[in-house]
Amino acid sequence: MGQDSPLLSIQHVSKDFYGNVVLQDVSFDIKPGEIIGLVGENGAGKTTLMRILFGMPVITETGGYQGKIVFDGHETNFSSPFDALDAGIGMVHQEFSLISGFTTTENILLNNESMKPNFLNEVFGDRMSFLDRSDMKQRAVKAIQKLGVKLNPDMLISEMPIGHRQFTEIAREINREKIKLLVLDEPTAVLTESEAEVLLTSLRNLAAKGISIIFISHRLQEVLSVADTIVVLRDGKAVKNLPSKECSIRDIASWMVGRSMTSESDAEVANRKLADEYFRVEHLWVDMPGETVKDVNFTVNKGEIFGIGGLAGQGKLGISNGIMGLYPGGGKVIFDGKEAPLNDPRKVLEIGFAFVSEDRRGVGLLLDESLEWNIAFTSMQIKNSHLKKMLKLVKIRDDASMRKLTEEYIKLLDIKCTGPSQKAKELSGGNQQKICLAKAFAMKPSILFVSEPTRGIDVGAKKLVLDTLIRYNREYGTTIVIVSSELEELRSLCDRIAIIDEGSVAGILEPTAPLEEFGMLMSGAFESNKEASHA
Amino acid sequence: MSGKNKLGRVLADNAVVILFILLSVIAIPFSGFSVQNILQEMFTRLGRNSFLVLALLLPIYAGMGLNFGMTLGAMAGQIGLIMAIDWGIAGWRGLVFAALVGTPLSILLGWICGAVMNRAKGREMVTGYILAFFMNGVYMFLVLFTMGAVIPVRSATILLTRGYGIRNTLNLDLVRASLDKLLMLRIGPFFIPVATYLVIAVLCVFIVWFKKTKLGQDMRAVGHDLVVADSAGIPVERTRIIAVVISTVLACYGQIIFLQNMGNMATYNAHDQTGFFAVAAILVGGASVKKASLLNAFLGIFLLHLMFYVSPRAGQNLFGSAMIGEYFRQFVGYGVIALSLVLYAWKTRRDAVFAREVLKNNGSSGHSDAAKEGAAK
Repeated sequence: MGQDSPLLSIQHVSKDFYGNVVLQDVSFDIKPGEIIGLVGENGAGKTTLMRILFGMPVITETGGYQGKIVFDGHETNFSSPFDALDAGIGMVHQEFSLISGFTTTENILLNNESMKPNFLNEVFGDRMSFLDRSDMKQRAVKAIQKLGVKLNPDMLISEMPIGHRQFTEIAREINREKIKLLVLDEPTAVLTESEAEVLLTSLRNLAAKGISIIFISHRLQEVLSVADTIVVLRDGKAVKNLPSKECSIRDIASWMVGRSMTSESDAEVANRKLADEYFRVEHLWVDMPGETVKDVNFTVNKGEIFGIGGLAGQGKLGISNGIMGLYPGGGKVIFDGKEAPLNDPRKVLEIGFAFVSEDRRGVGLLLDESLEWNIAFTSMQIKNSHLKKMLKLVKIRDDASMRKLTEEYIKLLDIKCTGPSQKAKELSGGNQQKICLAKAFAMKPSILFVSEPTRGIDVGAKKLVLDTLIRYNREYGTTIVIVSSELEELRSLCDRIAIIDEGSVAGILEPTAPLEEFGMLMSGAFESNKEASHA
Repeated sequence: MSGKNKLGRVLADNAVVILFILLSVIAIPFSGFSVQNILQEMFTRLGRNSFLVLALLLPIYAGMGLNFGMTLGAMAGQIGLIMAIDWGIAGWRGLVFAALVGTPLSILLGWICGAVMNRAKGREMVTGYILAFFMNGVYMFLVLFTMGAVIPVRSATILLTRGYGIRNTLNLDLVRASLDKLLMLRIGPFFIPVATYLVIAVLCVFIVWFKKTKLGQDMRAVGHDLVVADSAGIPVERTRIIAVVISTVLACYGQIIFLQNMGNMATYNAHDQTGFFAVAAILVGGASVKKASLLNAFLGIFLLHLMFYVSPRAGQNLFGSAMIGEYFRQFVGYGVIALSLVLYAWKTRRDAVFAREVLKNNGSSGHSDAAKEGAAK
């Protein structure tokens, strides 16, 4: 440390995906042995920035980037992550890339094993060399010691506590002799607090040995405690870059989320009179890969629009998918005084739940079928509507009634299409979403679950979709639960918003609550708030 | 976990092995065979089949499941044998010659097979199975139409009377048991084909040794997790192709050893069930699609062939018809493959449920921890 020349210098980097700007003139430096805390909401550009740094193929395939990256005195333009590794940049991913049937040692030295040559090398090349197990173990132990933690080098990954897996991953990166910069993407997301503490200590150890670290995390208090410098990304711009001593958690939270501090529809949403409790979730857990729900409790009143927000991967998507029975789960769901069955999609549809999935093209639509089919399909299956009896024996499809229904919704939701018999895949994203809504409305649901209703559709269509939901709620009094990553969207139409963090409810707020309150909940800053929300 | 639960798990994990031991114990007395008789037959059959079954191991290590594509190697071996007979090369030299002809063929076939399987990741088994059917057509064309017409065949005795194409049954007198008899040892009442056993032992040593090499380690990594191996820079596709090529070449040698023991060859059918019986054997030995060992291979060969040997006679003695036993043999073969695959799917699911339980417990305990801390604050 104490050198002036930075190890890594990101200079005026910009990147757009087909006109959609995700990074705009981002610049910052990292000195040797410095820890940078990189924070920002989903979609702020953290991932894209790291992809550029590592030369991921997806960047060149989409037209490259503008600006310059200087690493260790040379301008770099890696063509693959392996080049970045060779140059001395290591990455620890959010999801583990470990082989669970291998030991710690084997994982730390994966594809980097110590080898003893033998006569067959002459004919078949290096891959026929023997592994030098004792040397491998020594090297693994050395890497573990450098990290300053206790790990059994002979233990299988599958038998390890999750925290140790994270350490194994980091040990693998620092085992490389040339490692100069380590990027950690949400390394503490799966750790308990005590494990996270050990991790932060070992990161400080590494930094003291001269390794620079980029630490990406949504847990702001950890970022604040470990980082020397904080860089805040928002909407693709580096809005703040200052020493961590000069900022507080509250500052960072508001820099992260703070767009416009006003929200137009607040007045209309606030102070609605709502009926009694209608729907309650108790200790819900859902095993949805990447969106695990651990223990969620909340209640929804009749006629309410209830929002569920939070960062990606924290479990908010798992809630509605679990309630609808699309992923295995457990706990209690009480609807209208009766317990609703879990893990049985048909049953919950029958008692009046409807679901608009975030996976529009996979779960939501029959892409190769006509709009008539798409809109009438679920209600035909569940409610036996749009069927007519033939000779009092067999039920056949009532095409005329399906067409009438479809035309009705095309008019009602202003769906742009050539007619009821057009194929669903030919519509634009926004209109496809309206078809999904129409399908749910056709069920005449008592409670409607909507997941990411505006994902991947353009701004104009977003407003239409949200307005449709509000109108439907006001006109029919349908209770709606909306899951969305876009906080602004939730604040513009919900009566209350629950923020999910690490698989459970971090807190429930009014939409008029200040933005930094939301930011704090998403960052896991208010541990004690969890208690209040369960009451 | 309670002790009872644990016992249940052990029983379920070894269901196939236990079932086979039970069936054999019941069938042996009814067959009326003497222990000496049965043991001698087992010694012979171990020598005959081991090599073929061992050929399955590497693709399992590489996560490609049971290599039904090994039939391709068997075909290459048979073409080698046809050449050896045609050229009149007798004894063990004939076998070496057949192996020399078969090796380049099976490398080529294995490479094709591996390349196709790389395009069908996750469906390697059914791909291999169908590929074997397709290659059967190519083999037939080669042997039935081109041999004697395009490919010169010198001895007219092995040709069909029409002048081209190989006869349905090929007499392998020239090389019959030439490996087995190379070093036949008599211990008490038993004849032991030591040379064959030595060849098998060499293969076992090779497999153990191979697992210790860098390539073997890469193969294990690819087998455990393709994506992780790929992101660590291991050439995944190449590694998988190597596994299949080695398996195919071993199957070629295995088929040659098998046929020299039998002494004649059904030109157009001999390879049909090579893959099938080898797969059945390794599954009976307690292997699964993902996990197999040398022990599984040998135990499986012993149990499956014990069953095959005693069941026709037991069937005849019990029901007065050997066909019952013959039927039983087919039934058991396919049944055991189906049972193993179903059990494997069931086990995978059970483990997922078990992992979910852990998640559930963690979730609630994690929550109560957080709650306690919250209260403390």
